[in-house]
Amino acid sequence: MHVAGLARLHMDEGDVERMATQLGTILAYVDTLKEVDTEGVAPMSHAVHLVNAMREDTVGEHLGVDIGLSGTEEKEDGHFLVPKIVG
Amino acid sequence: MDFETVIGLEVHVQLKTASKIFCSCSTAFGAGPNAHTCPVCLALPGSLPVLNKKAAEMAAKAVLATNCTLNRESRFDRKNYFYPDLPKAYQISQFAMPIGEHGWLDIEVEGRPEKKRIGITRIHMEEDAGKSSHDPFRPVSLVDLNRAGTPLIEVVSEPDMSSPAEAVAYLRQLHAIVRYLDVCDGNMEEGSFRCDANVSLRPKGETKLGTRTELKNLNSFRYIEKAIHYEIKRQESILRSGGKIIQETRLWDSVKNQSFSMRSKEEAHDYRYFPDPDLVPLVLDEDWIEELKKNLPELPEIRKARFMESLGLKGDDAATLTASRELADYFEACLEKCSNVRRCTSWVAVHLLGLLNARGLSIEKTPVSAKALGELLQLLEKGDINDKIAREVFEDMAKSGRPAEVIIREKGLSQVSDSSELEAAVQKVLEENPAEVEAYKGGKTKLMSFFMGKVMKATRGQANPKVVTELLQRMLG
Repeated sequence: MHVAGLARLHMDEGDVERMATQLGTILAYVDTLKEVDTEGVAPMSHAVHLVNAMREDTVGEHLGVDIGLSGTEEKEDGHFLVPKIVG
Repeated sequence: MDFETVIGLEVHVQLKTASKIFCSCSTAFGAGPNAHTCPVCLALPGSLPVLNKKAAEMAAKAVLATNCTLNRESRFDRKNYFYPDLPKAYQISQFAMPIGEHGWLDIEVEGRPEKKRIGITRIHMEEDAGKSSHDPFRPVSLVDLNRAGTPLIEVVSEPDMSSPAEAVAYLRQLHAIVRYLDVCDGNMEEGSFRCDANVSLRPKGETKLGTRTELKNLNSFRYIEKAIHYEIKRQESILRSGGKIIQETRLWDSVKNQSFSMRSKEEAHDYRYFPDPDLVPLVLDEDWIEELKKNLPELPEIRKARFMESLGLKGDDAATLTASRELADYFEACLEKCSNVRRCTSWVAVHLLGLLNARGLSIEKTPVSAKALGELLQLLEKGDINDKIAREVFEDMAKSGRPAEVIIREKGLSQVSDSSELEAAVQKVLEENPAEVEAYKGGKTKLMSFFMGKVMKATRGQANPKVVTELLQRMLG
């Protein structure tokens, strides 16, 4: 339920039971990776051996507020409109 | 029971790049809502972030200048949380491998002879979030994503400070460093330099940390000091009455001079960091690091020490004059014109700063340039004008922007050193005040300043005081 809460997923009791079993299987599978001897191997974060993909500090084109907000109906004075977050 | 205070600070420093950290949108402040946005910072599907090289360099400079280890390899991680001003639902940050770690700053606190070392845990790069404003009447918030993706470094200190004064001393030094490095404009009101303070108390002698609260919304050094002070008192009174401190985030209200509890973000501490697959590691090679090291400016502490050692400045003056790089540069430019260190020091530290304070200006906006002030001081040094006239000319310069020489010529303010001309003025003063002359001759030598004042008044302050003194002594003797 904690994980579901973090992911903003709504689940009922039946879902929880099913997901718990499935997640358990996944975790067990991940556990098999632990059997590999990783002594002396640095943790990797990427599958490609690429570093330093960078851009120069120059200002490019902006989308503009009209196009930027065109994907939503919920807007006002150039802002995105969302349900109130702070009491 | 006596308590001791433990303070740790997290400072967000906005890097002074032209474009955002992972896209080419402008970082300029004050544009219309959502004007500076693109598919990357709006988190539109399919868009990919690319690191701004200058942001990386600026972060590396800050790392080097704070005695941190500059990590040859650093990586970007996703910090997951749901908030409308964070359109991706995660913030790109550095978690497991930040760009810098294990640094320190040595701070000076008034009234203590020795410096205190404050540890810096880490410095990492990250992107800023957008800005939401909450409608006071309707259940809605308005979101502007211009700030989303602005490059930041977060400087996390060790909990090494034990008073509000120490916290402010640390912050001032860090502020000066990032300004000297020219990696941050340092504007606290616009949020370019933001501080969160973690404050806790524990019984004196106890080594375990007490429960802490986090103070936010501290946008001036004065508020930081006040807010921490308030928090110490608040926690102390709770602990003394047998209560417990609740771990929470508190916002400082600078109008009411008190902090109040902010509803904590739901599950705020479960960020589920993981490496961002969209961004490859940042690797700094030796050549690049050498280049960055070579381009580091003289840092405030070192410049201050140089001002004290080679120019003979007092600690207070040296601290004042090195508070910002621009002011220190100004002072040194002034010295190039007028080599009298004491004179330059007092004019820059007292008269110039007085003028800037009165007008609410920063040194960059000074109406009197260093060259212009230097020229005025040169004339003062040569004896063309005296101190009083110099102040008058300085005021005129500040108003009109004209050079000292022009003002002096136009207003006929040149100091009168011609003794025959002054002799007549002195003679007249003595004739007009026979009783005082009598008294002086009878031993009341203190009256010398009375005569001096009269002569100065008669010559509209233009008389050379040294010449007048000589004349008075001769003619009264």
